[in-house]
Amino acid sequence: MSTTTAADNRRKAPRGERVADWADGRLGIYSLAKTNMRKIFPDHWSFMLGEVALYSFIIIILTGVYLTLFFVPSMSEVEYHGSYVPMHGIRMSEAYASTLDISFDVRGGLLIRQIHHWAALVFLAAMFVHMMRVFFTGAFRKPREVNWLFGFLLFVLGMFTGFTGYSLPDDLLSGTGVRFMEGAILSVPVVGTYLSMFLFGGEFPGHDVIPRFFSIHVLLLPGIMLGLLVAHLILVFYHKHTQFPGAGKTNKNVVGMPLLPVYMAKAGGFFFLVFGVIAALSALFTINPIWALGPYRADQVSTGAQPDWYMGFSEGLIRAMPGWEVVLPGGYTLALGVFVPLMVFPLVLAAIAVYPFIESWVTGDKREHHILDRPRNHPVRTGIGAAWISWYLVMLIGGGNDLFAIHFHLSINAVTWFVRIAFFVVPVLVFIATKRICLGLQRRDRDKVLHGRESGIIKRLPHGEFVEVHEPLSQEQLHTLTQHEQRKPLEAGPEVDENGVKRKVPRVQKLRAKLSRGFYGENTQIPKATPEEFKEISSGHGHH
Amino acid sequence: MKKLSARRRHPLAALVVLLFALAATGGLYAAFAPADKAEAEPVAQSLAIEEGKKLYAVGCASCHGTGGQGTTDGPSLVGVGSAAVDFQVGTGRMPLQQPGAQAPDKPNVYTQAEIDQLAAYIASLGPGPVTPTEEQYSPEGADIANGGELFRTNCAQCHNFTGQGGALTEGKYAPDLEDVDPKHIYEAMQTGPQNMPSFPDQVLPEQEKQDIIAYLDTVNSEDSETPGGFALGGFGPVTEGLFAWTFGLGAMIVVAIWVAARTAKAKKS
Repeated sequence: MSTTTAADNRRKAPRGERVADWADGRLGIYSLAKTNMRKIFPDHWSFMLGEVALYSFIIIILTGVYLTLFFVPSMSEVEYHGSYVPMHGIRMSEAYASTLDISFDVRGGLLIRQIHHWAALVFLAAMFVHMMRVFFTGAFRKPREVNWLFGFLLFVLGMFTGFTGYSLPDDLLSGTGVRFMEGAILSVPVVGTYLSMFLFGGEFPGHDVIPRFFSIHVLLLPGIMLGLLVAHLILVFYHKHTQFPGAGKTNKNVVGMPLLPVYMAKAGGFFFLVFGVIAALSALFTINPIWALGPYRADQVSTGAQPDWYMGFSEGLIRAMPGWEVVLPGGYTLALGVFVPLMVFPLVLAAIAVYPFIESWVTGDKREHHILDRPRNHPVRTGIGAAWISWYLVMLIGGGNDLFAIHFHLSINAVTWFVRIAFFVVPVLVFIATKRICLGLQRRDRDKVLHGRESGIIKRLPHGEFVEVHEPLSQEQLHTLTQHEQRKPLEAGPEVDENGVKRKVPRVQKLRAKLSRGFYGENTQIPKATPEEFKEISSGHGHH
Repeated sequence: MKKLSARRRHPLAALVVLLFALAATGGLYAAFAPADKAEAEPVAQSLAIEEGKKLYAVGCASCHGTGGQGTTDGPSLVGVGSAAVDFQVGTGRMPLQQPGAQAPDKPNVYTQAEIDQLAAYIASLGPGPVTPTEEQYSPEGADIANGGELFRTNCAQCHNFTGQGGALTEGKYAPDLEDVDPKHIYEAMQTGPQNMPSFPDQVLPEQEKQDIIAYLDTVNSEDSETPGGFALGGFGPVTEGLFAWTFGLGAMIVVAIWVAARTAKAKKS
């Protein structure tokens, strides 16, 4: 758009147009806006889970900036003489003292602190369910594998940002968490001691840990996360949003509404709703009452010390692991009771991160997918996802084993043994059960397609028989229930080549074929109703 | 004197004389007799011991033995002192309802007088910690901050930062200390009931025990302040995480479904 010529000044352009013109001449935003403002997004509540995460992240940044104005990231010792009487005269670090000040002497400080912390818990939880939505609907398939990894990295970085933030007030609870981390680092063979000395700038706790965690918490990790977040959103725009199957929805289109004005209005409103929910939560419910916990001292510890929920599974790993210890000749100790959980920790996370690549390798599916799967149509994937969640939950129970023991009047030893066994058994059981449920739902779909919906109306026939009237489904519903593709497993190729000579099949290929049979072979899907079957049954008069 | 003699036959004269006589003997007794406590107490004490012994035979002897010597079902009570009896019976832990990992506190069925009698009997078996007086355990004027420091150093390992309680091995536990009578807290520290270590005065002087009681009174009692709103039980991140998932994320999903349902689609209306 060029500016109007001087000669053409009979009509003055409206103000909005002039502003837009001015901006376009300098920023070139017209073409950008033209392609994106009318971009179509499909509508479904589960597509908004990622938005919850995004908005809580924004809330965390805003409140975090306010908190940095008053927080003193220092380990120097001071004597407290602020408003909170039960701490008068106690020696504590400046970090803890300034957090007490934020809670009691800074205007709105406690509310902002609680918003910051509640929003962090909701942020991680929202990322978790967003990730699960993407997983169960198969939205991670090509071309979105990289974006899946970006999202996964955001989740892991969010965990560590949360952990460093939880540690900053230097209270007895968080200090115990940092001590836990130090123990885990020390358990690394050979280099553990060096790593710990390097991180803490000497012996634990030292004077460096809080300033260092502060930089990591407010600068390093959020910076990386912000970059990843932008990349994540750009890719969402670039790939276009996936949509659930339905009439008129194909792999080549997106059915929905434009970004402007519909989604701008919706998203803007949704942001304030998310903010409102978190603010209400923070105004009503205490989170991390550090004033009651006391300052961290290495000679003090409390029972019931747990990390925030997103780190809870690592706590569970440690609590469930038997305290094995091996002393090597020469007096070197291998603290397996801590080191094994430290190694399992990244494995738990990696298991879900690499899944898209494993699935595409096993199934040989390299095509683009923009239509989402209904979870029931992929029983093995759904089973794996449910098994992973159950695994994660078992570890969370392990992390809170003392609270479960005391509040349900159980023995803590019994809870721990339950977790140890369940760690191996429960995911298998959940996988089998979920797969069966999916197959059952597929059978039901097939039934619905062929015989229609149960109407609940009972009809009595002239000869006295009672039958239930089934209503046939609409074309749209039939499409939704039958549009999915039922894939065949990959074969390793014939045993013999064209000359009848025994072919050498690489072991990897054999494994792949075996896994593929596990995915799409027998007992993994109920054949969907074919058009012939449908025609036969709906044209005939034998069906009620 | 005339007046006095004139009324000496008054019908109420005898009453007045009687009152004077009573006041005189009472006053004299008050002036001389209580001067030496030891002379009167053994009588009351031995009475209490007698009564206590009877109560003991009914409620305690089946496990602790007829003479408090202990059996396979219950430990010897020789030398546990009156403070231990006052704590165990006063909080309802004893008599035990059923054997288990630990004796739980439950409604107490004895009156304080009966508990004192039981305590007197047990104390007579051998010297031990004595039931504290009110000025010993009263938290008034104690140093709360110091109490917190002491609590975190000595008690929080089992009872949690603010005395919410915690799990021990094999179903045993350190109980929640919310609204526990200051006297019972004092006695527990003095005698070390069940799995708890004891903190005699040489280890934790009377003043410091009062500080701890004052701290608990501030952070974990019915009228302790929670400036951040509802405390969610005060159990820390486990309940906070559970709450964030159920109410926080739950509310978000409800809101998301609501927003998604209000759509501009022409088909719906």
